[in-house]
Amino acid sequence: MSSDRRTFIKRLGMGAAVGLGSLAILEKTALVEASSSEPVETNSETRWGMLIDMSLCDPECNDCQKVCHAKHNVPDHGNKKDEIKWIWKAPFKNVFTDMNHTYLQAGLLEKPFLTLCNHCDNPPCVRVCPTQATFKRDDGIVQMDYHRCIGCRFCMAGCPYGSRSFNWRDPRENLKQLDPSFPSRERGVVEKCNLCAERVDVGQLPHCVETCTNGVLIFGNLNDPESAIRKALNEKKTIQRKPALGTRPSVFYVI
Amino acid sequence: MYNLKWILPPFLAFLAILTYPLWSGPKGAMPELAKPKGEACVESATWMRANHMQLLDHWREEVVRNQSRVYVNQAGQRFEKSLTKTCLSCHNNKQEFCDRCHNYTSVKPYCFECHVDPKLSEVSHVQ
Repeated sequence: MSSDRRTFIKRLGMGAAVGLGSLAILEKTALVEASSSEPVETNSETRWGMLIDMSLCDPECNDCQKVCHAKHNVPDHGNKKDEIKWIWKAPFKNVFTDMNHTYLQAGLLEKPFLTLCNHCDNPPCVRVCPTQATFKRDDGIVQMDYHRCIGCRFCMAGCPYGSRSFNWRDPRENLKQLDPSFPSRERGVVEKCNLCAERVDVGQLPHCVETCTNGVLIFGNLNDPESAIRKALNEKKTIQRKPALGTRPSVFYVI
Repeated sequence: MYNLKWILPPFLAFLAILTYPLWSGPKGAMPELAKPKGEACVESATWMRANHMQLLDHWREEVVRNQSRVYVNQAGQRFEKSLTKTCLSCHNNKQEFCDRCHNYTSVKPYCFECHVDPKLSEVSHVQ
């Protein structure tokens, strides 16, 4: 087949057009995929949430943490680096990093605040997990499948609340008592609060809520306007942790 | 065929040695497994022997991903999908049931690195 310079250049041009065109299509589909991890308004009937009224919380009391950690086989390794936390207390200045100012109410800055996984409506940990070990259930609980976690710790980098802990050591090293009703974890996986999904699924309250005798914790369905938590949210002035990040936490606070 | 009488017998002998594990049958006694406490398993014993691993794998997927925690068997009975709470409540001797057969068949499932054998819940480090 003979071909002169003119037809050769024509064909080259057509080839380039086809190539670039398909590239544009690829980009379009990639964009669609990326945007699917953007917040999706679900029509689920239930979105579990929690209201923490810190005005009622006794700073000396740690019962909720004790029960939670005992029931979920969370070990105490005795040092900060290996620490595993599901629910814990931290000073106001660390929990509400964007609300600190010089002339805050006396003592508030250092006051211990109860904190746990926020079970965000738009959870960054779910978005970054490469194996979908962390996922959001229809009822809003951000759940982990420990069978699937590869320990990459992207979720720990993604979570703006420090709600996730990595098992640097075998948790059973420092568990004196194992609760058989809930599995422990193994070395090399990340773990966090599961909002007691195993209890919520059978109609019970989370351990922390059930344990608290001061009524600090209100648990309920955020999508039900008649629920106790929605009524409390209507009445009281509440705040969330780092709302500007757009994670839309399901945990609310009364200072 | 050329030199068949020299080639065929050694070849057959080779095949016999190669397939020895397949036709010789089990060597040594089959493991004596601990009898379970209850009367019937979630499915028939023969089915469970062959398929318990698939069943457990399916259960974990259902419980963790789909919030489906109740198993209905062929006979219509309902069970909680739980290794510790359902299986081990009857098969309450893990060492002489699960472990003994897994050792015999040389499989190493890692269920119990996280899931707890209720009998050993007092011991600090359990494998």
